[in-house]
Amino acid sequence: MSVIILLLIVSICIASGFLIAFLWSVKDGQMDDDTSPAQRILFDNNKINKP
Amino acid sequence: MKTTEQIVLNCFHCGNTVNTNSLSIDNGADTKYFCCSGCKMVYELLNEHQLCTYYDLNGTPGQLQNKTSRADKYAFLDSSDIQNKLISFKDDNMMHVVLYLPQIHCSSCLWLLENISKLNDGIQSSRVDFTRKEVLIVFNYHSTSLRQVVETLDKIGYEPHLSLNDASQPQAKSPYRKRWYKIGVAGFCFGNIMMMSFADYLAVDNAIDPIIAKFFKGASLLLALPVLFYSASEFFVGAWQGLKNKFLNIDVPVALALVITFTKSIVDIFSGSGSGYLDSMTGIVFFMLIGRWLQSRTYQTIAFDRDYKSFFPIAINVIQNGTVIPTQISDIKENDVLQIHSNEIIPVDAILSKGTAVIDYSFVSGESLPVRVNIGEIIYAGGKQTAGLIELLAIKEVSQSYLTGLWNNPVFNKSAKPQQTIYDRIAKYFTYGVLLLGFMAGFAWFIQGDTSKMWNAITTVLIVACPCALLLSHNYTNGNILRHLRLNKFYLRSAEVIDAIASVNHIVLDKTGTITQTDHATVSYSGTELNATMRTNIAALLHQSSHPAAQSVVKHLNIQNYKEVINFKETEGSGIEGWINDQHYKLGSPAFTQGAMHQDSVGTKIIVKIDDRILGEFIIGNTYRSGIAGLIQSLKKHYKLSLLSGDNNAEAATIETMMGKDSEILFDMGPVQKMQYIRALKLRDNRNVMMVGDGLNDAGALKQSNVGIAVADDSNTFTPASDAVIDGTQLPQLQHFIRFAKAGRKIIFITFTISALYNIIGLYFAVQGILSPVIAAILMPCSSITIIAFTYGLTTLAAKKYHLLNSPITKLSN
Repeated sequence: MSVIILLLIVSICIASGFLIAFLWSVKDGQMDDDTSPAQRILFDNNKINKP
Repeated sequence: MKTTEQIVLNCFHCGNTVNTNSLSIDNGADTKYFCCSGCKMVYELLNEHQLCTYYDLNGTPGQLQNKTSRADKYAFLDSSDIQNKLISFKDDNMMHVVLYLPQIHCSSCLWLLENISKLNDGIQSSRVDFTRKEVLIVFNYHSTSLRQVVETLDKIGYEPHLSLNDASQPQAKSPYRKRWYKIGVAGFCFGNIMMMSFADYLAVDNAIDPIIAKFFKGASLLLALPVLFYSASEFFVGAWQGLKNKFLNIDVPVALALVITFTKSIVDIFSGSGSGYLDSMTGIVFFMLIGRWLQSRTYQTIAFDRDYKSFFPIAINVIQNGTVIPTQISDIKENDVLQIHSNEIIPVDAILSKGTAVIDYSFVSGESLPVRVNIGEIIYAGGKQTAGLIELLAIKEVSQSYLTGLWNNPVFNKSAKPQQTIYDRIAKYFTYGVLLLGFMAGFAWFIQGDTSKMWNAITTVLIVACPCALLLSHNYTNGNILRHLRLNKFYLRSAEVIDAIASVNHIVLDKTGTITQTDHATVSYSGTELNATMRTNIAALLHQSSHPAAQSVVKHLNIQNYKEVINFKETEGSGIEGWINDQHYKLGSPAFTQGAMHQDSVGTKIIVKIDDRILGEFIIGNTYRSGIAGLIQSLKKHYKLSLLSGDNNAEAATIETMMGKDSEILFDMGPVQKMQYIRALKLRDNRNVMMVGDGLNDAGALKQSNVGIAVADDSNTFTPASDAVIDGTQLPQLQHFIRFAKAGRKIIFITFTISALYNIIGLYFAVQGILSPVIAAILMPCSSITIIAFTYGLTTLAAKKYHLLNSPITKLSN
C-alpha cells in the first residue's frame, strides 16, 4: 500500500475532525447571533462577582 | 427684536434637543443636560450603580423617557398563569425568561443589559441575542419576581414587548442552522474531492499509479454521496414540488444536471474511462448553497406575520367586587367590568360605563380624528383610549369582537398564489433549449455512427449547461440588494419580493398613518410671548374641543390640570370662547377672531385673542410626512396611483393637488372595500399592485396586493402581515428602492450573459464530445467567481446611483 493512500486517510480523518467541530458549533448556536459575541469581547470585564 | 445666540443642547441620555436648562446635572468638569425628567432619572439610576460605561461606549444611547409607566402596569405578571406562558424554564430557585426588547440597537444596550444584575440583586445572569433583539434573563424567583425584572427593564428604558402571540408560541430555533450544516458538509467534501482530483489536472495520461488513481476515484465517489443526498436535497425537493404543481421552476434543471453529472461520473469511474465530474458537481452545490444563504438572510427581528393578537396587550384589569384583578385577554367574559388607562387598547367590544372616552380608531379604521364616546355607547375592540381612566362593560369575548371577527373573515386570509418569477420562466426556456441542443449534438454523432461520443455529447451538454450560473447570479444579486435595502430600513420578507417590486405598475397608498403622521402634528407659536397662566388657561379652553387642531395644541402645551371655564361656547369648525379668571378668551380661525397676525402664513391656525386683543397664533403644521409630496410627484411619472382613505373627505382638496388629476382618490373606505378595490385592480384591470399601508384596516388590502408594504414608525409598533416593512422616515425614498429593485433585474441579465459566454465555451467542447473533467473544473470556478464579483460590483454601483449608500444606520445593527 502506497504511503500516499495512508496520508490521504489521515488527512481526511483530521479534516473530518474540523467538520465535526464546525457542525458542533452550529448546533451549539454559535452561528445564530453573529453580532453580540463580537461586541462582548471588547467590554472591560469589571462585573461584580456575586457569591 | 432681541437676538440671542442659540446653542443647541442635546440630552445626555437620548440625544434629543433640550428645551430647558432646569434639568441639568453639574458635576464640575462638564454639565449634563437632559430633555425630560425621565431621561434624567435613568441617568441618575445608572450613575448610582456605577453603570455609566453605558454612556462611554456610544454617545446618547438611550431612548426618550417622557412617558411614565403607572405603578401597577405590570401587576398582571404576578399571576402564575401568565408567568407560565412567558417563562421558558423553571426549577426550585431559578426562572429563565426570554424577553423581546425592540429598543436594542447598539453595543451600549448590549453592555447595560448584560450588567442588569447590578440593578436587581435577584437576577443571576442575562445574555443578549443581538440579532433577535432578545435577552435571556435567569433570576431567583424567591428574591425577585418576573414583575420586578420587567419593571427594572422598563425603568431604564427597555420596555419588553409582551404579547400573547409571542407567548403562546415556543421559541423557534434559528432557521439557518440546517443550511449551515449543509454548507459545511458540501464545503468539506468539495475541498477534499478537489484535492484528490488535482493530480488528474496536472498529470499526463496514466502517469499516476493505477492503484492510487482507483483509490482516489473511490474516495471521491464516497465523499460526493453526502453532497448529493444531503446538501443538495433542497434542490430535489424544490424540483419535485415544482413538478407536482405542474410548473418548471429553476430547481428542475439544476436537479437534472446534478443527477446526470453524478450518473455520468459513476459510469466513467466504473468503466475506467475517466474520473468523472464530481469536483465540479460538489463545487457548484457549495456555491449555490452559499448563494441561497445570502439571499435568505432576511431580517429576523421583523415579524411579517403578526396578527391582531400581538397588537393587543397581554392582560387587562378587571374589576370584581371592587378589587382590581389583572386578567388575561382570553379569559375576559361577557359582563366583566374592565378598567382601561390612557393609551391602552380596548381588547373587546364593550359599553362605556364610567369616565370620558376619547377613542382613537386610526389603526383599526383609518379615521384620523379620535372619537368621543358617551356613557352607554359601544366602543369597538382595537380602539385606543386617549383621555384618562375609563371603565367598560364587556359585551363580547375577544374571539367574537368586531375586529377579531374581521380578521378571521376568510377573505382576509386568502393569500395570493405564489407567482412564477421571471427567473423560473427563463429557466423553463433554458431547460428546453439545452435539452434540444444536447439531443441535436447526440443525433449528429449518431448519424456519424459514433455511439460512445453520442452519449458523451448528450451528457456533457447537460452538465455544462446547468443553469447554476443563472441561479448563482440570481441569489448573489438578491442577497446584496436585500442587504442594501436593509441598511436603508426597508425590510423585505424574502428575495421574491424584489422581483415583485420590479414588476409593479400601480401603487395604492393609504392616507392615515401612511402619508400622514398620526401623532406628529407640529405646533408652533408666534406673537407676544404667553406667560404660564395664559398657557394653562388656553389649554383649559381648548381641552373642551374635540377638534384635532385644538387637541394638537393641548398636547403641545402639555398641561395636566385644567381650570374651570365659564360661559364656554364652541362654534363648530371655527372657534371656541369662554371666561377664565374674569378674562375673555377667544381662540379660533382668523374669521372667528376677526384678525390674524400674518395674513400670508399657511397651515391651520388658531388665533389667540384675550380680552379683545390679539396676542399671537398657533400654527399647526402639515401632518403629512416630510418628503411625501416629492415622492408622489416622482411616482406619478411612472406609475398609476390611487389613494384609499378610511377617513372622511375633509382634506380632499389638499390631497387632490398633491396627487394630481389622473389619480383615483377614494374616501370612507372600510377594510373590506380596500381589499376589494385591490382585487378589482388585479383581476379586472390586470395590474401588478403595490399597496402601502399601516393599520389593521389595510391588512386585507396588503395581503391581496402583489406587494404589500407596511409602514412602521418604530420597530416597536405593530405592523399588519405584509411582504415588506418600511421605516416611516424612509418612505420618501421608496421611489429609489423601486428603481434599485428594477436595477437588480438588469444586473442579473448582465451577469447571466457573462456566464453564458463561459457556457458557450464549455458547449463548444461538449458538442464535440471532448469535454474533459479538467476543462469543466476550470470553467466552473471561473464562471462562479466572475459572477460573484460582477453581481457585487454592479449592485454596489446601483446602490450608489440611487443614493442608498449613505445609509441611516451607522450603528452596528445591520
